[in-house]
Amino acid sequence: MRKPMRALLVLGLFTAVASAADELSVERGKQVYQQWCWACHGPGQGKPGTAALGIEYKGSKPAALEERTDLTAPAIRAFVRKGVYFMPSFRKTEVSDRDLADLAAYLTRSNKGSK
Amino acid sequence: MRLPPNVKAESFSEALKQFEQAVGKEWVFSSEEDIDLYRDSYTPFWHEEEEPIPSAAVAPSSTEEVQKVVRIANSHKIPLWIISTGKNLGYGGPAPLLGGSIVLDLKRMNRVLEVDERNHCALVEPGVSYFDLYRYIQERGLKVMVDVPDPGWGSVMGNALDRGVGYGPFRDHFDSHCGLEVVLPNGELLRTGMGALPGAKTWQQYKYGYGPSIDGLFCQSSLGVVTKMGFYLYPQPEAFRAGSVTVPKRQDIVPLVDTVNYLVNSGIAQGQFQISNALASPFGPPDLELANLLAKPGGPSTEELERYGAEKNLGYWSTMLKFYGPQDVIDAQWNYAKKKFSSIPGVRFKEEAKYTFPIDPKMVEQIPHLADLGIPNLSIFGIGVRPQRPMSYGHLWFSPIIPATGEAILEVTDVLTKAFRELGVPMPLGSIFPISFFPRTFVLIFGMEVEHNVAKNREMRDKFRKMVKIASEHGWGEYRTPTAFMSDVMDVYSFNNHALRRFHETIKDAVDPNGILAPGKAGIWPKSMRKERA
Repeated sequence: MRKPMRALLVLGLFTAVASAADELSVERGKQVYQQWCWACHGPGQGKPGTAALGIEYKGSKPAALEERTDLTAPAIRAFVRKGVYFMPSFRKTEVSDRDLADLAAYLTRSNKGSK
Repeated sequence: MRLPPNVKAESFSEALKQFEQAVGKEWVFSSEEDIDLYRDSYTPFWHEEEEPIPSAAVAPSSTEEVQKVVRIANSHKIPLWIISTGKNLGYGGPAPLLGGSIVLDLKRMNRVLEVDERNHCALVEPGVSYFDLYRYIQERGLKVMVDVPDPGWGSVMGNALDRGVGYGPFRDHFDSHCGLEVVLPNGELLRTGMGALPGAKTWQQYKYGYGPSIDGLFCQSSLGVVTKMGFYLYPQPEAFRAGSVTVPKRQDIVPLVDTVNYLVNSGIAQGQFQISNALASPFGPPDLELANLLAKPGGPSTEELERYGAEKNLGYWSTMLKFYGPQDVIDAQWNYAKKKFSSIPGVRFKEEAKYTFPIDPKMVEQIPHLADLGIPNLSIFGIGVRPQRPMSYGHLWFSPIIPATGEAILEVTDVLTKAFRELGVPMPLGSIFPISFFPRTFVLIFGMEVEHNVAKNREMRDKFRKMVKIASEHGWGEYRTPTAFMSDVMDVYSFNNHALRRFHETIKDAVDPNGILAPGKAGIWPKSMRKERA
């Protein structure tokens, strides 16, 4: 019995560490979002990204990015690095690869199956 | 591997290694994927060989690193294209003018070095955006206001160095700068104004120092890399108010502009204002009645348009004046302004906005034009959101300077409307709206659409060049232009056989003999490239 218990303890510890790391990533991602995305994609008036997505989805999905539950990390990466329509691409001196991973963690935090 | 012009592969590889030693391997970008991030999202050369794509990018984090990079580039004769935040969309973004150049990306130099709230000035590095500076001020509760342009993610320094403009009391951002630190093409460090006097405490207060003032040589320029720049800030005002003025007749534009000039040039009203056609918005379709009028063979008469404006209670022209300062003072200023306009028969006034500072963060969501209040934002990109048509891929800005008189606006409207129509560019009524971004003149801003379509972009570039020429034939010249048209614009500033450009070339050759900094910027090419560009 001792071995499985130890394994469970180790697993539990690992999960706790991973969870803390995830939370940190989500927290950092929120800061990245606020610095780089909110002014265009936040809720309310005067946010062109939100207005554009409102037209694009016609109510079938939330227009404000933070309310979405279907975004994926590869899609977020593609939009940030390639841009779309009048949204330009962002360089690594603006949004680093780590920032981008954190941003993805934040914007996918409410997806089905995530904690 | 893409190479800089006239540079061998070995020399390029050696330069990249040296850049890595200077700034760290992580901050030298030469993979295809990374280089793509230095392409202009609004390029008019989509899918064309002509698109100016860099060969690499290097991102220093300090003035010392900039000096090292410039010296390395000089020793290999590799052209550098300098960007601060790279968000000058509509004018070139992060991409170079000359394909194969290495982009010197200064975004990592993002420190606000000083904000003086007692004497209202600041010192910043190139990577500081308007959002960054605003956040710095808000977090510390400093009682100063920044004069902001439309997109808030632009560089405070880069905007001013491209002769960018804002909506607050200063408007002209280069005019409100005070003191530069510049890395010259040979890597030497120069400070202008009082910065040249070691120990001076007045670098951000007194612009001139001693001797000829050379700051202007580094604006829209290829003579140095500016690494620090001082700015005047506006003291946080007690209050802001705005009021609109509408006049009923077409010819009323003459006294309307003269009166606004008097008020703004006297300092009674502050900040930019624009003259708008009150009959129709430039951004939406006209109502059916106006559309029918406009569709009449030969167009509507002035009387018909004036009657339409009267019946709909719109007037013919309108403008909005802004006032910053103590409540009692700005109330008196607005009352005085109304008195000055009252000699125009049928003039009407409307109170548009009233705010007191500091602005309550809960109020911010409700404010239609945040830039007037020094709050950076991105709402301008709303012009690309089009419910009836596909979203925009961006614009290039055609933006000539015209005289600040009603007569000039009427002439420009006639000439440009005719020219645009002949070129097949749709010109909705009201799409010419002169803006007073600089004192004593107007700028016309007209967006030429970029598409992901080679034929349409070629056509657009051709039309843009024709418009530059037509405008110049009437004495109207661009104040700033996308990289694609810099040589075309410099070409029309041709007094006395291009004496101005020849003078610039003389300076360029003396200061930057290897021609490594931003070749072709503002239409000024180094000696080694002039013949092939002629």
